[in-house]
Amino acid sequence: MMSCRTATQLMSESLDRPLTRKEKLNLVFHKLMCTGCRRFEHQLNRIRMYAHTFTKKNTSE
Amino acid sequence: MPQKQSRELNTGYEVSIDLLRDAAYISELREQMIKFAILQLQDESTAEDVVQEALVGALKNAKSFQRKSALKTWVFAILKNKIIDSLRKGQKTVAVSQICEEQEQEIEALFDNKGHWHQDEKPKHWEQPEGQLEDEHFWRAFDICLNALPAKYARFFMMREFLELETHEICENETLNANNLHVILYRARVRLRECLENGWFAEGKAI
Repeated sequence: MMSCRTATQLMSESLDRPLTRKEKLNLVFHKLMCTGCRRFEHQLNRIRMYAHTFTKKNTSE
Repeated sequence: MPQKQSRELNTGYEVSIDLLRDAAYISELREQMIKFAILQLQDESTAEDVVQEALVGALKNAKSFQRKSALKTWVFAILKNKIIDSLRKGQKTVAVSQICEEQEQEIEALFDNKGHWHQDEKPKHWEQPEGQLEDEHFWRAFDICLNALPAKYARFFMMREFLELETHEICENETLNANNLHVILYRARVRLRECLENGWFAEGKAI
């Protein structure tokens, strides 16, 4: 099975480039079995949303 | 009725003139802009130059703004463009490939030798209370975590998540390839996640 180290790196990359079919498949399998990485992915998306909200907050009233 | 309308227009005009004369407001706006620019340019004097240019450009047109919020949005739109121009000039060439080759101990320490989470480093569940996005304490914690990012990562994270540049737009102007950028963004995100979890989402809200 793919390691959490690799899975988290791929989750981050998925925010910057389209993953290949194989990468997506491996990630799906990994997430099925790993609570930590499921949370990690969800939290990365939250962090992106926070960053966008933070910019908007700071650049308009 | 027509009389009332013209009075309203007049009031709007007076507000816009007041904005220009409102030294306190302009200086507060300038400070916010400088903070925003420093985060991205990592250099105070470049940030000040860029802010100055943006402010002068924006204030020339300030007559047409009748509300502070409209002026602020406009000023920051100009500032973003000035920041991107400045980054594009590429005065700074960081040896990014070198940064990527070095292992980052803080991140490697999260995983065991098989690359799986250490038991106590495993991401915890994040509560998402209602109103979190309006909570000033939360945003203060977020700001602290952003500032805690090492400059070598923060700059690229800002370009990607704040200026919303695409990978190829960032790589075009920097001495790095897409793989290096992916490594840097990963490290920035992992660190930010750690900081938010430990400083905010963990019980006690230490920050």
